[in-house]
Amino acid sequence: MEIKKPAIAGTLESSDCQVTVEPGDGSVEFSLESAVIHQYGNQIRKVVMQTLDNLGVDNVRISVVDKGALDCTIKARVEGAVFRSVEQMKNIPWGGAVK
Amino acid sequence: MINAEKKRLRRTMMFLNAQKPGLIKDPYIYKPDSLMLDLEDAVAENQKDAARFSLYHALQEIDYHGCERVVRINGLDTPYWEEDIRCAVAGGCDAIRIPKTESAKDVKLVESAVEAAEIEFGVPVGRTLIMAAIESARGVMKALDICESSERLFGIALSGGDYTKDLQTHITTTGVELMGARQNMIIAARAAGVQCFDTVYTNLDDMEGFRRSVETIHLMGFDGKSIINPRQISIVHEIFTPSQKDIIFAEKVVREIDTKKAQGIGVFTVDGKMIDIAFYDGAKRTIELAKASGVYKGDL
Repeated sequence: MEIKKPAIAGTLESSDCQVTVEPGDGSVEFSLESAVIHQYGNQIRKVVMQTLDNLGVDNVRISVVDKGALDCTIKARVEGAVFRSVEQMKNIPWGGAVK
Repeated sequence: MINAEKKRLRRTMMFLNAQKPGLIKDPYIYKPDSLMLDLEDAVAENQKDAARFSLYHALQEIDYHGCERVVRINGLDTPYWEEDIRCAVAGGCDAIRIPKTESAKDVKLVESAVEAAEIEFGVPVGRTLIMAAIESARGVMKALDICESSERLFGIALSGGDYTKDLQTHITTTGVELMGARQNMIIAARAAGVQCFDTVYTNLDDMEGFRRSVETIHLMGFDGKSIINPRQISIVHEIFTPSQKDIIFAEKVVREIDTKKAQGIGVFTVDGKMIDIAFYDGAKRTIELAKASGVYKGDL
């Protein structure tokens, strides 16, 4: 998938995370803000990268502000932002690229 | 083949906003019988898409420890409900709740979409159950049709807020405004052999009023109540779980009827009360409810 325009998903509430995507400069540029970055930074990065890979996104600037989100929430917010950026609300590939 | 869980215990159905990770990550700790993961009223119009991703992964990855996972989809008059069903069925939800149900046709429409989603996502056909929320005067008047509309439908639920608006009244502490709907719906549900659930009680500062409301619907024959806060769970479970006295009496009734029937005796007394075959089903139900509630240790 190609990121068409900047998009945000998620909130700054506890247990959530806010993910912002923008068109990239030819690669994946990742940034993370989290109170638990030293314990879970690598894990959060891994989940974000895997989710982008599943969606076929390889050209994006993505930033995550984490408020203690579980892996399932991180995936959901990355997908939410990516699908918003391409304005796709229907016929989501549940169980396919979204997994 | 329809899911064998159709008649499971559903004393409490706790509403949770599917868009809020903090709410949906561990609600099983409060031990409600069912969770109502909401894509409808609790989710703002501009968050419907994000709520689905949140719901899908929660259904796929969170262990809800045996709590039934029901998803309330958006209304059939919105552009959201079909994708809601695809998401919920793909995620593996146990049931879909249809809001604002007014006819058997509404249920059939959802049934078709659910079946199509089951086929699309490789879910066994018939696994996903349906319940219908009734929120209008027309829906109440069509309750029996709705109850008999689908093999998948396990029950109907009253949604008091919208219903009282339609009736041009409002919710009071007396419950008088809900009397007709409750009566009509429980009769329709029993006639069709499905379950019936009461509306939410929104005043969390009035736990005595809540208790009275639960006692009323329990006496009316309802199977359970929609709830909005974990504090309400223990009261509903206490009222809907048979007491030891009820269980002991029911056991005696079942055993005596079985024995006396073999001896050709139709009417007799148990603990001073006149008993005949008409008491049998009720006593068996008490035992089944006690078993499902985990308070029966006997051998019936």
